[in-house]
Amino acid sequence: MNYHVNEKGFYGGFGGAYIPEMMYQNIEELREKYLDIMNSATFKTEFAQLLRNYVGRPSPLYYAKRMSAHYKTNIYIKREDLNHTGSHKINNTIGQILIARQLGKTRIIAETGAGQHGVATATVCALFGMKCVVYMGSLDVKRQMPNVLRMKMLGADVIPAESGNKTLKDATNEALRDWINNPLDTHYIIGSVVGPHPYPDMVARLQSVISEEIRWQLKEQTGREKPDYVIACVGGGSNAAGAFYHFLEADEVKLVGAEAAGLGVETGETAATLFVGSPGVLHSSLTMLMQTADGQIIEPYSISAGLDYPGIGPQHAYLHKTHRGIYQPVTDKEAVDAAFKLTKLEGIIPALESAHAFALLERIKFKPSDIVVMNLSGRGDKDMQTYIDLMKHEQTK
Amino acid sequence: MLSVYFSAGHPNLKDTATIICSLAKAGADIVEIGMPFSDPVADGPVIQQSSLRALKNGMSVKVLFEQLEDIRQQTQIPIVLMGYLNPVLQYGIDKFCERCKHVGVDGLILPDLPPEIFNQQYRTTFDKYNLCNILLVPPQTSSERILQLDKWSSGFLYIVAASSTTGAKQSFQPYQVEYFKRLENLKLSNPKLIGFGISSRESFDDACNYANGAIIGSAFVKALEANGEITNIVENFIREIKG
Ligand SMILES: Cc1ncc(COP(=O)(O)O)c(C=O)c1O
Repeated sequence: MNYHVNEKGFYGGFGGAYIPEMMYQNIEELREKYLDIMNSATFKTEFAQLLRNYVGRPSPLYYAKRMSAHYKTNIYIKREDLNHTGSHKINNTIGQILIARQLGKTRIIAETGAGQHGVATATVCALFGMKCVVYMGSLDVKRQMPNVLRMKMLGADVIPAESGNKTLKDATNEALRDWINNPLDTHYIIGSVVGPHPYPDMVARLQSVISEEIRWQLKEQTGREKPDYVIACVGGGSNAAGAFYHFLEADEVKLVGAEAAGLGVETGETAATLFVGSPGVLHSSLTMLMQTADGQIIEPYSISAGLDYPGIGPQHAYLHKTHRGIYQPVTDKEAVDAAFKLTKLEGIIPALESAHAFALLERIKFKPSDIVVMNLSGRGDKDMQTYIDLMKHEQTK
Repeated sequence: MLSVYFSAGHPNLKDTATIICSLAKAGADIVEIGMPFSDPVADGPVIQQSSLRALKNGMSVKVLFEQLEDIRQQTQIPIVLMGYLNPVLQYGIDKFCERCKHVGVDGLILPDLPPEIFNQQYRTTFDKYNLCNILLVPPQTSSERILQLDKWSSGFLYIVAASSTTGAKQSFQPYQVEYFKRLENLKLSNPKLIGFGISSRESFDDACNYANGAIIGSAFVKALEANGEITNIVENFIREIKG
């Protein structure tokens, strides 16, 4: 089986570039050039150097001893939370700003949910001296204030999106509108494996450094290159796509994604696209979507701003359809419990997004000999207010 | 030639037929009926707002076709439906085109259906039901691609005046005039209508200097929000533009 994009930009029936003609020039230029740029010696050298000296890669692969004992298996945590700016998002923004520079662009736009991608974008813009505009749903501006302030300090203009549920989908709409209005000098750094071709493939390639490292780190630590499981959370799906990338063709490695179920898939207050969605076109991609019978997009809900999205990357829709990937819905409550458990057992406070992946440890029956790699996509600093409120709530109960 | 856009279901759910007939009577040459979508990325604030209001009012593809059922007994003005691909996909392309033909729709404008995908997957269906597929041509388009779009489009070419989402703007800038002249020199086979940012008599007249006509959207949608009889609002608006 081939799980990568075909020459037309599709993964099976999913993906493509359903762009208005106003975006044709920019998308076409990117499509023509992204592989050449990424395969060039200068890009490779500069990308590798920045990942090492600026981001702090390789990120550690940490054997979680107490957690392994607790779940009676072998758990390795891939520490994307230790990257500069606190999540995997910077792998992508470093790569894309190098590409943008090569394309001669001088202005960068981005959308953000949790603010992690916004911060990662603002950071590389500061690093490269480029103008930066970040769109963020106004609800997310409120619930992720520390990241808003970081973006501002980094010099970005943060523009609150006021339409829809005022979350990630709406921020993405605004960013696309900005690009249509600024077709010449601007590059849009999309923060996940979503949007029109070539974005899903380009972002997955940039994030694939995660599984590339897992392979050699695991070999070093266990003698094996391949784990039995790789588990990651899935919003748009970029950290999962990066963690899965080099194992896609290794059928013996189970690839598991945790989607945000919000209050539960049957409640309507959910972001578990694969469980309540159907194929449709949003943000220029044909993928699984939360929508009404009339084809209007349904507003998602999750406690975690980074997973609060009514779509999913087309590659994940395809991995789900072909059963190469196993996807599970995880509720707010399960994620929060998992966050506190990880904190208590290993002294690691995870991002709420990443906590969704850890909740699956409760559900899957592992063998004592299994090697399980957990992708810890980000740290919990930005979620401290939520965690503090939850602790207060516990105390008053 | 004047083509006028409005969002079906805005300001009120049941205004559709009234607006179409008033436009025909007042002297518009084409009507474009917007099918509302929750996430209209190619639209500016005015049409975003009208789409949301239309959805709240209960508008959908299904309801729109019901409202258009006997429109051809009332007017022969050319009717074009404009909207985003997803609601059309969910309705079913074949069924959608069949209903278009049945009620007497002449053409479609689906900005997020790229012509390459249209040619491959949907052209035969459109042809079967005699529907035009009207393509957009924005200013940064290479001459080579403009010629291609002209070949693939039918009905007319929708000349996007500015590098922008929809919405009213000031008079044409030099880069726009240059672009219109470039289009003239290409001797295209489709008629050209200029849209995006046309809002007044001056901009309409100006656009007509470079093309077969122009399209007014946001300015009309906004005008419809005023108090008063729809028929009067429409008549005054068109008189204002066409004189
Ligand atoms: C820490 C963290 N993990 C995961 C995500 C979800 O994105 P993706 O599914 O693209 O990895 C986000 C998005 O904001 C995030 O901040």
